[in-house]
Amino acid sequence: MTESDKKARRWILFRRFALPYVYLFPAFIVMAFITFYPLVYQVVISFTDFQLKDLMHGLASPNLNQVGFKNYIDIFTNALPVQNFEFFRILTYNFWWAISNVALHVPAGIVIAVLLNIPGLWGKRIYRAIYILPIVVPPIVVATVWRNIFHEQYGAMNQLLTVIMEFLGSTDPVRLRWLEEFTPPIKWLLPNSPLPLAYYAMMIANFWLGWPFMTLVATGALQSIPKDLYEAASIDGASNSQQFWNITVPLLRTAMIPASIYGFTLSFNLFAFVYFFTGGGPARSTEILVTFAYDLVRNLNLFGVAAAFAVIIFFVALFVFLITNKLTRATESYTEA
Amino acid sequence: MTTTNKTEKKQNFIIRFLNINTSAETSGRDLPLWRQLLLQVLTLFIGATVMFPIMYIITMSLSSQTTRPSSLQLFPKEISFAAYQQVLDHPTANPVSFIQLLKNSVGLSFVVGFLAVLVAVSAAYAFSRFKFSLRQTLMVMVFIPLLMPGIGLLTPLYLLMNSVRLMDCGEGIMALAPFASCAVGAGKIVFNLRDSLYGVGITMIAGALPFAVWNLKGYIDTIPAELEEAAAIDGAGPNQIFFRIMLPLAIPQLAVTFFIGFIGHWQEFATSWLFLTQPEDYTLAMTLYNMTGQYANSIPWNRFAAMAVIVALPVAIIFIALQKQIVGGLTSGGVKG
Repeated sequence: MTESDKKARRWILFRRFALPYVYLFPAFIVMAFITFYPLVYQVVISFTDFQLKDLMHGLASPNLNQVGFKNYIDIFTNALPVQNFEFFRILTYNFWWAISNVALHVPAGIVIAVLLNIPGLWGKRIYRAIYILPIVVPPIVVATVWRNIFHEQYGAMNQLLTVIMEFLGSTDPVRLRWLEEFTPPIKWLLPNSPLPLAYYAMMIANFWLGWPFMTLVATGALQSIPKDLYEAASIDGASNSQQFWNITVPLLRTAMIPASIYGFTLSFNLFAFVYFFTGGGPARSTEILVTFAYDLVRNLNLFGVAAAFAVIIFFVALFVFLITNKLTRATESYTEA
Repeated sequence: MTTTNKTEKKQNFIIRFLNINTSAETSGRDLPLWRQLLLQVLTLFIGATVMFPIMYIITMSLSSQTTRPSSLQLFPKEISFAAYQQVLDHPTANPVSFIQLLKNSVGLSFVVGFLAVLVAVSAAYAFSRFKFSLRQTLMVMVFIPLLMPGIGLLTPLYLLMNSVRLMDCGEGIMALAPFASCAVGAGKIVFNLRDSLYGVGITMIAGALPFAVWNLKGYIDTIPAELEEAAAIDGAGPNQIFFRIMLPLAIPQLAVTFFIGFIGHWQEFATSWLFLTQPEDYTLAMTLYNMTGQYANSIPWNRFAAMAVIVALPVAIIFIALQKQIVGGLTSGGVKG
């Protein structure tokens, strides 16, 4: 074995074993302190009755009692000292909320992107600029404005419906209690947890917020499709619809699947929007996991329970991640692709 | 058979109508006028729904009325900058200037965005280009926080950051907790990491990493390996490859990741709200949150609206200016459908 061969071998060995960790080191040192340490800490205090009085001392607090799995059992059996709390209802609602949002945003986003991609349409640039505005408005502002729109008395939505009803011959002003009414308008939609009017109000507002992102991604994908593909296809005699279904759709798919998953996780944890829109109400019927976790810490001061809840959220997230990872293959390396 | 024909026909009609075909009719041919007008009605309608809440808040910010508007106003009747003037003069009840808030917001968002991208790109490079035994495990560890909401970790983070304190024990002795501390009961806290923008910044960097790594890894995956192979044959080591080839090639995506992160950091309020107590550390997003929170009733509506516009404006400008790059970045990142 020559000297240069040895050198090359050592280099390969080094590259294989040490180098990746050197490159990962900065990221992991930050995450070790700020993500993994708190995660472990949460697990530890999830087995205690950590309360407000323990906050100054942390784990060294003399009043801290080990309670075993009590917090977890309380959460799963709805035995928390919290009104209207049903864990599996909130969990189902959370999934339904995220799925129903993405199921509306993605098709709408694609249709509008295709619409804006029509050759010769006037004012395309202006429309594109206007259509991304919802993305750039901070969620607090979005939630507050939409909450006003759905106000029982002053809200624009009821005023609009009143005008429409007048058109249809009714004279009574519409006074829908969008955010307070508890009786579900469609009872069969999610039998486990009937959806209140507030859910539909939030769907409308979040639709406004959500489709522009999907349009943005779909537009980018549409524009990146090489024109030669269509030319080649038309030379081979493919019709317009064949071109659409065999070129446009498959190539859009590669961009839309990650975008959908991104949208799903975004909706799944849409804290600021839900928190400022309904605060989880009425009677926790629009509560999602994160808003309830925040409520446990911020208002109910049940830190031990909140920690157990955070651990449960972690496992829910892990479950979701493993499924979505199957779909996007995000963790594959370049060479496996 | 007949049903498939029917749906095909229907699709054909839609496709013909939308003029998706880019092969035959590309070269600048105008749309027929009736089709153009119909599409304009549609796009204008979508534009109106997008603009509706935005006009609502802008109108409110330009009004001199401090109460909640009782009827729907979408166009300003008067143009008064009184609310803006007041917000710029006295953004909060505390004696903190608007310039200070702006400085905090800009500084925090810039530094966090910059450091997060810097740390993330090296991790992304390792995940994309090396094969090593712990790769899959580590990558799952990095990506899980994408789903695990930061809110679930706030209690331990608060305790962790709170334990890092610089104490003045008197007689010119300083102690840095948790490594050393003054005698029990003595000492004055000079600096508390939790109660500073640094602590909030560190927390935010960790929160920004998973997305940045994900987005950058997706992009690096698309850079052809041939470039590196050629460089390796010419004798370049892996570090040289990273700094001379990878980093320059990834700069557009680094910028995009930075700006996407910047938009998020600019609007962040949950952590800073829980951590910071000194008014001179407050950020603009916190001020806005303050206006919608429990004191909202005493805050004049036009001032809230003006603040909302001010907070939303920089984000809107960045997004609109860099729209193409951001979309391109998002679609190329993590796309492997």
